[in-house]
Amino acid sequence: MENENWQIVYFTLGVSILSTLLILPGGVALAWLLARPRWMGKSLVETLVALPLVIPPVATGLILLKLLGRRGVLGSFIEKTFGVEIVFTWRAVVIAIGVMSFPLLVRTSRVAFEGVNPRLEEIARTLGAGELRIFFTVTLPLAARGIIAGTILAFARALGEFGATIMVAGNIPGKTSTIALSIYQFVQLSQDSAAFKLLGVSVLMAFGAVWISEFVLRKRSSIR
Amino acid sequence: MKLSLKNIHLPLGRFPLDLDVEMEGEVIAIFGPSGSGKTSALDLIAGLRKPQSAFIQIDGLVLADTRVGQSLPPQQRGIGYVPQDGALFPHLSVLANLTYGSRRANGSSIFSMDHVVDVLEISHLLKSGVRMISGGEKQRVALARALLSQPRLLLLDEPLASLDENLKSKGLDLLQRVRAEFSTPMVYVSHSPEEITAICDFMIVLESGRLVSRGHPRELFTTRNVPVLELK
Repeated sequence: MENENWQIVYFTLGVSILSTLLILPGGVALAWLLARPRWMGKSLVETLVALPLVIPPVATGLILLKLLGRRGVLGSFIEKTFGVEIVFTWRAVVIAIGVMSFPLLVRTSRVAFEGVNPRLEEIARTLGAGELRIFFTVTLPLAARGIIAGTILAFARALGEFGATIMVAGNIPGKTSTIALSIYQFVQLSQDSAAFKLLGVSVLMAFGAVWISEFVLRKRSSIR
Repeated sequence: MKLSLKNIHLPLGRFPLDLDVEMEGEVIAIFGPSGSGKTSALDLIAGLRKPQSAFIQIDGLVLADTRVGQSLPPQQRGIGYVPQDGALFPHLSVLANLTYGSRRANGSSIFSMDHVVDVLEISHLLKSGVRMISGGEKQRVALARALLSQPRLLLLDEPLASLDENLKSKGLDLLQRVRAEFSTPMVYVSHSPEEITAICDFMIVLESGRLVSRGHPRELFTTRNVPVLELK
């Protein structure tokens, strides 16, 4: 495979890792909140989180484009405040794939938190532990495998994101081209050989990520 | 120990827990059929359930008084709770479970790790994982964990229910030894008249969330009609 294509692979890996790391704290916190008993607005938040899973990715991309563009609410604020442009840059790629993979992280982590026996948290309270200590010493360790599996799934989703990314970041060679965008472009240009090489790398990476995620989840259920 | 559960109203699934009782004894039993509200009463004392109304007092210390909006959080009640399954933290070692609550301990010799571990005969388990030990051992570790937090009151929810007859007898001996060594007052939930008469000096009987009888266990079991006995 040519250097140019390896750069596409490295870029895709880099933005996928970065976006996964960025969504991790918020995703885990939200999953924990959603696993708690009823609170006001919970159904609305649940629906909003699930939206990127059910609406077309290009529609999500269009929403992001309108929000993050130079004349968008967020885009103009960020440009004025930090002097940073978002759309059609690598930052847009990170945001697009982060938004698209966020629901997978939240849903898998939520199931993991729901699987933690609440009796253990209650007993920790009677032993004098505060809520923060309980979260870090009881809840989080017991949900960790599910969270790791969710993180890997989110990363795998990020690797293959196409629709939202092309809307908000375009497909600029050497700047915003990911594996998925490049495969599409190579096919359009009838460069099937290059497309298939990237396809092979993409399948291998996705297979590895999903397999590890399944392995972690299986190990978790065998422990319980 | 004087334990007051006054003006208690806690809605449960099929019926509310309604109690208005003062109890006095070193080991107080709560007896009654399954689903009569025994565990909910323990949860209430520990501060794990929010009642609609309650006045809970132990030896003059008010734990909750809903009339004035007062309720100590579970962390500040100084209650050691041993639930039916032990509820040990499965990802921690036995030793880490034991030290989890000992943060608030002040180094008193009676409640030292060595002494508690010795009385409960669990020194050989300290390095084991919780998943590697038996049901009876889990109960002993859970009791030790609760004791190491130096509680003013121990709540024991059917601690011997899952053990076979031989282990039950050993468990009773152990509980009597714990009572003698640590002098910590206990509230003991059980289905078993044998266990209750062996270690308890006061008993209340619950049925469908209501108090139906109270007094000395031996007296209640022998001379009075305790309706829940017929259900066993």
